[in-house]
Amino acid sequence: MKYFHLIWAALFRRKTRTILTLVSIIAAFLLFGLLDAVRVSFEQAGQSANGAERLQTGARLSFIETLPFSLGAQIERVPGVSAVAYANWFGGAYQDAHNQIFTFAVSPNYIDMYPEFVLDAAQRKTWDTDLNGVVVGSVLAKRYNWKVGDKLPLMSQIFPNKEGSKNWNFTIDGILHSKDPNQNGFFDAIVLMHWKNFDETTPYNRGQVGWYISHVTDVNQSDRVAKAIDALSANSDHETKTQTEQAASANWVKQMMNIGLIVTSIMGAVFFTLLLLTGNTMMQAVRERTSELAVLKTIGFSNTSVLGMVLAESVLLLVLGGVIGLGLVSILAPAISAGSGGMLHLPSVGASSWALGIALALGIGFVVGALPAMRAMRLNIVDALAGR
Amino acid sequence: MKFLKGLLTLIVVFAGIAVFLVLPWPGLAAIVVLLGLWMALTRRGQQAASVAAIGIATLAQRAGSAAVIVVGIAGVVGVLVAMLAMAQGYADTLRRTGSDDTAIVLRGASASEVSSVLAHDSVVVIEQAPGVARDDAGKPIVSPELVVAANLLVRGAKNDDDMGSVQLRGIGDEAWKLRTNAKIIAGRKFEPGKYELVAGKGAQAHFAGLEPGAQIRIGSRVWTVAGIFESGDALDSEIWADAKVVGDTYRRGASVTSVFARLTSPAAFDSFKNALTTDPRLQVDVDTSQHYFSKQSEGTSKAIRIIGIVVGVIMAIGAIFGALNTMFAAVAVRAREIATLRAIGFRGLPVVVAVMLETMLLALAGGVLGGLIAWLVFNGYSASTLSMGSTGQLMFQFNVAPSVLWTGIKWALAIGFVGGLYPALRAARLPVTVALREQ
Repeated sequence: MKYFHLIWAALFRRKTRTILTLVSIIAAFLLFGLLDAVRVSFEQAGQSANGAERLQTGARLSFIETLPFSLGAQIERVPGVSAVAYANWFGGAYQDAHNQIFTFAVSPNYIDMYPEFVLDAAQRKTWDTDLNGVVVGSVLAKRYNWKVGDKLPLMSQIFPNKEGSKNWNFTIDGILHSKDPNQNGFFDAIVLMHWKNFDETTPYNRGQVGWYISHVTDVNQSDRVAKAIDALSANSDHETKTQTEQAASANWVKQMMNIGLIVTSIMGAVFFTLLLLTGNTMMQAVRERTSELAVLKTIGFSNTSVLGMVLAESVLLLVLGGVIGLGLVSILAPAISAGSGGMLHLPSVGASSWALGIALALGIGFVVGALPAMRAMRLNIVDALAGR
Repeated sequence: MKFLKGLLTLIVVFAGIAVFLVLPWPGLAAIVVLLGLWMALTRRGQQAASVAAIGIATLAQRAGSAAVIVVGIAGVVGVLVAMLAMAQGYADTLRRTGSDDTAIVLRGASASEVSSVLAHDSVVVIEQAPGVARDDAGKPIVSPELVVAANLLVRGAKNDDDMGSVQLRGIGDEAWKLRTNAKIIAGRKFEPGKYELVAGKGAQAHFAGLEPGAQIRIGSRVWTVAGIFESGDALDSEIWADAKVVGDTYRRGASVTSVFARLTSPAAFDSFKNALTTDPRLQVDVDTSQHYFSKQSEGTSKAIRIIGIVVGVIMAIGAIFGALNTMFAAVAVRAREIATLRAIGFRGLPVVVAVMLETMLLALAGGVLGGLIAWLVFNGYSASTLSMGSTGQLMFQFNVAPSVLWTGIKWALAIGFVGGLYPALRAARLPVTVALREQ
C-alpha cells in the first residue's frame, strides 16, 4: 500500500492514453452491467420466496384451454392447500387493438395471494363491491394518466360482451403498487377485473376458469400437493398440469428466448476485445518506462516488487474502469426503467453483479498485467539503462 | 478561436458518422473513386498517397496496436451483425409465410389467429365472395383452419416440466392446395377423421417424439405422427391435423379461428375485402396473408434491432476510444517523421488524409473480419422464441443477409472515421519545431 502513490503516478504518466483506455473499459463494464441486469431480471421472474408457495394449475393440453369452475372446490380440499384463487386471460387492449395490456379476470381473493403488491384498503373495499370495477397497476396508471374513478374503455382481443361488441367499459376503483419498488414490476403493469363480471358478461366463457392458483401451507410439500391436484383430473377431458410459480415462469422465460446464451456471447466478444486493448496499453506503458523501471531497480527495488507494481497498475486500471462503469449502470438502470414506462424493468446492480463485475475486473487486470509485469521483472538494469 | 475549431471538428465528426451510416453503397464507391483520382492526378493527392504508403508499410511493426483497432471493431461489427441477422431471420421467416394473392379472414378486432372465432356459416359466406380462385373441379380454394396450442415435451427434456408450446393447426384438404409450398418430406399425410398429425420440420427439430410412425400424447389423447412436412416458412414450426378431430379434442365444435382464401390475382384483394367487410352477416377483418404475417413480426424484430443497436453503440464507444488510443500512439511515434515531411514542404491536408486512410483501412479490415465471423458462426443458426400472436414456439434461422453485412461495414467505417480524425488533426497541427525537437 505504501507504493500506492507511485502506482497512481505511473498510471497517469500519460494522461490521454490512460483516460482513453479507461473510457473503453468503462464502456465494456457499462454493457456488462446492463446485460447482467437484463439477465437477472429475467431470472428473477417468479423467483421470490412467495413464488415457491404458490402453485399454478393450468390445462395440460395447452395454456389456451380452460378448466371447469367446479375444480376449484376440489383443489381446496387437497391437504396442504390453504387457499385457492382463479383467473382468466381477458386479452385486453387499450386504444388500439395491438396495444396489448395484460388484463386478467380474477376471483375476489386473487389479490390476497400476492402479498407482494398492495392495494389501499379503502380502494379494495370499493372494488370488492363494484362488479364493473377494475384495479390497475401504478405504472399503467402513470403512463396513460388514469385516475381512480375514471371510466376505462378496454377492447378485448378475444371476448365480446352481451351486445356482441368487443369494447368493454370499466370503472377504475384502485391503483396497485408493488410493495418493494425494486421488485418485479409485472404487477405494476396489469389490469384486474372481476371474474364474475367477465363470466356473466361474455357469452363465450360459461363458467370456465383459465388457471387456478393455490397457496400451500408448507413449501416443502409443494411437489406432493401439485401431484395431488393433478390426480384430481387424471384421465378426464380436462387434465391439469400444476407447477410452482417459479417453475412455471422459468419455463416461460426459457421458451421466450435463450437470454443466457445471448448475454454470454456478447460479453465474450466484449471482454476478448477489452483484453487485447488494455493488454496493448500496458505493454506500451511498460515499454516506455523501461529506463524508469531500471532506475527503480538500481535504487534497490526488488524484482518481485517491480512485478507487483506493474501488476497492481493494470489491476487498478481495470478496477477503476469497472467501478465507474457499474456505478453508471446503477444510475442508468432506474432511469431506463422509468423511461420505458414499465416496458422494461431493470433491477439496479445487485450485490452478485457487483461481485461478478469486480471479480472480472481483477481477473482481466491480472491476465493483462502478467506479460508486461514479467517483462519488467526480468529487466536487466545495465541493458535497460543503456537503452538496449 | 480554439473553441470554434473544436466545435467545427465535432460537427465534422457527427456529419461523418451520419454520412457513413446512411450512405448507400454506390455513394461510398463514388467517394473511393474520387479519392483514387485525386491521389493519382493532383500533386497534393500524390503527397497524401506517399505518406499513407509509408504508414501502411510500417503497420507490420505495430502489429499489436493495429490489432486493437481491427479486433475492437470486429467485435462491435460481429455483435451488431449477429443481432441484426437474428431480427432479419425472424422477420424473413414470417414474411415468407404469406403471399399477396392469399387472403386471411379473422373475426373483427382479433389481434391474431388464435384469438379469433368464426362460425361455420361465415365460412360458407366467405367461399362465395368475389375474387376467390377455384380449382379444376370448380371448388373455391378456401381453407378454414382451427389454430390451437398443444404442450409437448421439448427435445432433451429432463423431466415432465420441460414442456414447450407448439401451434396446432386443424386443416382440411384445401390447405394443401392453398399452400403449394408445403410438401411432405417423410412419411405420409394424416388421414381425415383419425388422431393423426403431420409435424413441420422446425417443430420436429425442437420437440421430442415427432418422428414418422411414432405416437405422442397431447392432453389425454394419443396421436400418431403420420409424416413430416416442410414449407420453408413459419408454418414449419407447427403441427397439422384434421380440423374436425382438433375441433373435437378442443371442444370447439365446427367453429374455426381463421379462413385463408386463394385469390384469382393480387388485384382481386380489394373487391374480396370489400365484399366481406360490407356483408351484414359477417364481422370480420380481411388482410393479405403477407401483410398479416409481416405485421406479426414487427414488434419482436424491432425490439431485437433496438437491443442490437444499443449494445452496438456502447461497444462502438469502447472501440472508438481504442482506435483513438492506437492512432495517437502511431502519430506520436511518427511525429518526427511527419514534422520532417512538413518541413520539406508537405502541407497539412496530405498528412490528415494519410492518417485517416490508414485508420479507415484498419477499420474496414475489422468490419470485414467481424462480419465474416458473424457469418461463419451465425448464418443459418437456428433459434426459437414464443412469437407475438402465435401460441407456439417459432423456429427461425439467423440470416446474415448482404444488407446486414453492409450495415456492419458502414458502422466499422464510421468508427474508423471518428477514431482517425482527431489523431490526424493532431499530426497536422503539431508545430514543426516542437515535433522535430521531440525525442
